[in-house]
Amino acid sequence: MTPSTSSSFWQRYQRNRSAMFGLAILSVTILMSVLAPLIYPGSPFALVGEPRTAPNAEFWLGTDTLGRDVMAGIFHGARTSLMIGLTATVVSLIIGVIVGGIAGYYGGTTDNVLMRLTEFFQTIPNFLFAIVLVAVMTPSIYSIIIAIAVVTWPAVARLVRGEFMALRNREFVQACIGIGMSDARILALHILPNCLAAISVIGSLMVATAILVESGLSFLGLGDPNVMSWGYLVGAGRTALRTAWWVCTFPGIAILLTVLAINLVGEGLNDASNPRLRDK
Amino acid sequence: MTSTVLDIHDLHVSLPQNADRPYAVEGLNISIERDQIVCVVGESGSGKTLTGRAVMRLLPGPYVKAVGGRIDFGGEDLLKVSEARMRQIRGDRIAMIFQEPMTALNPLMTIGEQIDELVRMHTRLPKPERRARARAILDDVGLPDPAGMLGAYPHELSGGQRQRAMIAMALILEPELIVADEPTTALDVTTQAQILKLLKDLQAEHHTGVLYITHDFGVVADIADRVEVMHRGIQVESGPAEQVLNRPQDAYTRSLISAVPSLIPAHRPLRVNAPVVLETHALCKTYRSGGGLFGIGGRTVDAVRDVSIRLRQGETLGIVGESGSGKSTLARLVVRIIDSDSGTINIDNTEITSLRGANLRQMRRRVQMVFQDPFGSLNPRYRVGRLIAEGMIVHGTPSKEAYRRADELLDLVGLQATAANRFPHEFSGGQRQRIGLARALALDPDILVADEPVSALDVSVQAQVLDLLDEIRERLKLSMLFITHDLRVAAQVCDHIAVMSKGAVVEYGETGQIFANPTHPYTQELLDAVPGRSWSPVLLAKSP
Repeated sequence: MTPSTSSSFWQRYQRNRSAMFGLAILSVTILMSVLAPLIYPGSPFALVGEPRTAPNAEFWLGTDTLGRDVMAGIFHGARTSLMIGLTATVVSLIIGVIVGGIAGYYGGTTDNVLMRLTEFFQTIPNFLFAIVLVAVMTPSIYSIIIAIAVVTWPAVARLVRGEFMALRNREFVQACIGIGMSDARILALHILPNCLAAISVIGSLMVATAILVESGLSFLGLGDPNVMSWGYLVGAGRTALRTAWWVCTFPGIAILLTVLAINLVGEGLNDASNPRLRDK
Repeated sequence: MTSTVLDIHDLHVSLPQNADRPYAVEGLNISIERDQIVCVVGESGSGKTLTGRAVMRLLPGPYVKAVGGRIDFGGEDLLKVSEARMRQIRGDRIAMIFQEPMTALNPLMTIGEQIDELVRMHTRLPKPERRARARAILDDVGLPDPAGMLGAYPHELSGGQRQRAMIAMALILEPELIVADEPTTALDVTTQAQILKLLKDLQAEHHTGVLYITHDFGVVADIADRVEVMHRGIQVESGPAEQVLNRPQDAYTRSLISAVPSLIPAHRPLRVNAPVVLETHALCKTYRSGGGLFGIGGRTVDAVRDVSIRLRQGETLGIVGESGSGKSTLARLVVRIIDSDSGTINIDNTEITSLRGANLRQMRRRVQMVFQDPFGSLNPRYRVGRLIAEGMIVHGTPSKEAYRRADELLDLVGLQATAANRFPHEFSGGQRQRIGLARALALDPDILVADEPVSALDVSVQAQVLDLLDEIRERLKLSMLFITHDLRVAAQVCDHIAVMSKGAVVEYGETGQIFANPTHPYTQELLDAVPGRSWSPVLLAKSP
């Protein structure tokens, strides 16, 4: 009477077409960020051509208002976006899992205090809060990562708290307590692995949010001035939208496709980890 | 025959391709007459539920469907009639009662609306008349304040009241046939007894035919006119209730009936002089729920009130009670999974409620728990060997030694050593309970706390696990606290019994004494409610 898990996680994921599409685009983005220093070895800020050159054989995506290659900017910007997206998400997950896990497992007063704290962060509009944090800390890669993590962890904490609360009352966890395991061991080895599926799904979607927030900050001129990013390109080209449409458009499409791809992958992960929902 | 209501002839229900057998139900023949209760009995996976669904044409398709045979009802073959015709028949001429009334009733509609909807669909009665009928039927099923009940939502009723409402819905259009699928399984014994009596009375009054699906031979003994026994989709025995219950012909039926624990307590030598290993004194635990910011206000429930019990070495003490009686809370207090509010727990004369840190961990080795749910009590992510060995590793046994010992324990509980490399979901419920027992035994405890260890298991598996528990308790000289709602099981397993109701122990004494002369009214009520009380399977067990 073993329930037939007829297909593996990867097989179920593969069956989802839009998720495979997302994965393909994401792979291209990753490839771009890896190849950026090889294909465009110089600085993406270097002035390489006439300002506002329309897309042509030499500059496939044209040049911006100062004569920088938009294509080089997009390749180097992919590194920035992915790096910030992933790092900020990891930091946010670490904070969220710790806070949510402790609140959900211990409950009572601990839960009350931690959740009030979480709500305090949740009541401030995310993007405004991120702007304030970056402005206060002076713009740099690190301050952007910290700002994104600070505004996104409450959602993780809420999710993890719910999962931990439900699992805490399961008999296998009670059995662990009865055996005499320490709380840390139960939390890390018995409860956490059972909600990794949910955490990885929310994590993948958060990467997309983080990329959007970073683009927004750079667009407003709050990005790291020494690092090329998609948001910066869009911001820099915004004044010349009518005369040089390509400067804004291509980085914008890059943001759109990458965020879409990550969302599709996230949904694909979710569906593949809950096969019953999909078969309905 | 004109009095035949339902005639199932050579019914075949298919299963999906990769299932363990081609047919869920194979060649079933059942005939139900007016005024007759036919019980379909079987263990899980026997196809009894799908039989009921086939009659209602509620099979979960597309692979599970009736592929052969006939279901004749009032001159029509229910397998052939159109879906529109079937809708007319359902509710009006054949009604169904489900196992779990909370999920079978729509939580957003009042009881009155749900009854009214049914009547409106099948009749042209004007509204006042429909309302009067609804009120009358609620009165018939013994619900208090029928007029008020019409406006009540399902969550405002108790489990027993909900099942009464379901029965009212089933009966209001005076159907010729009722299909009841384990309608009392989710209820407490005392409620179950009331519902069974109600069902039988109303059935006799309305001359309804009933197809009653159950796993419980006690229930069968109480209500059945005819019995059909099913085993893996095949009808293995069929006959009048009296004959099947007392003179079963088929070997499988015999094994099922002899697995039903007898209500006559087993004779066990009392250990009066054995040392006391576990003693609680005036133990209390109160739960708080709800409340506003920072938990101010809210509701409190006294889960355990002033409980004082005493367990001697080598003895089994039964804690018997219905749901909400506090028996599981008591078990968790004793193993310190939850902390008590007041009172003391002594293990070998050491007070344990104040233990902390390393001392508490040492104490935990001595008291181990076996859980009720064979599916929820094992972490699905780890292999069985690790689940058993982990407790020993936590307490400092070298990993290699712990895994070797885990293999020994698997052997002790009757599983092969290869089980260590498999995941919990690869095992059946009974096997999982064996794994749970092995895990509890891994720390060499002196006291085993078993919280309903067999209540989720089929009756034949239940008998095996009970035998195993008994054997291991003898061999390892364990003392056992045995939590159960089932008086039949308690009669066979326990030396002493404490009966709990609403958090308090209302009667406490030797098992034989309590079964022979219950003094507290609640104990008497509980004993009277045991299904099949007048029928004893014990005589049969003696003859092969």
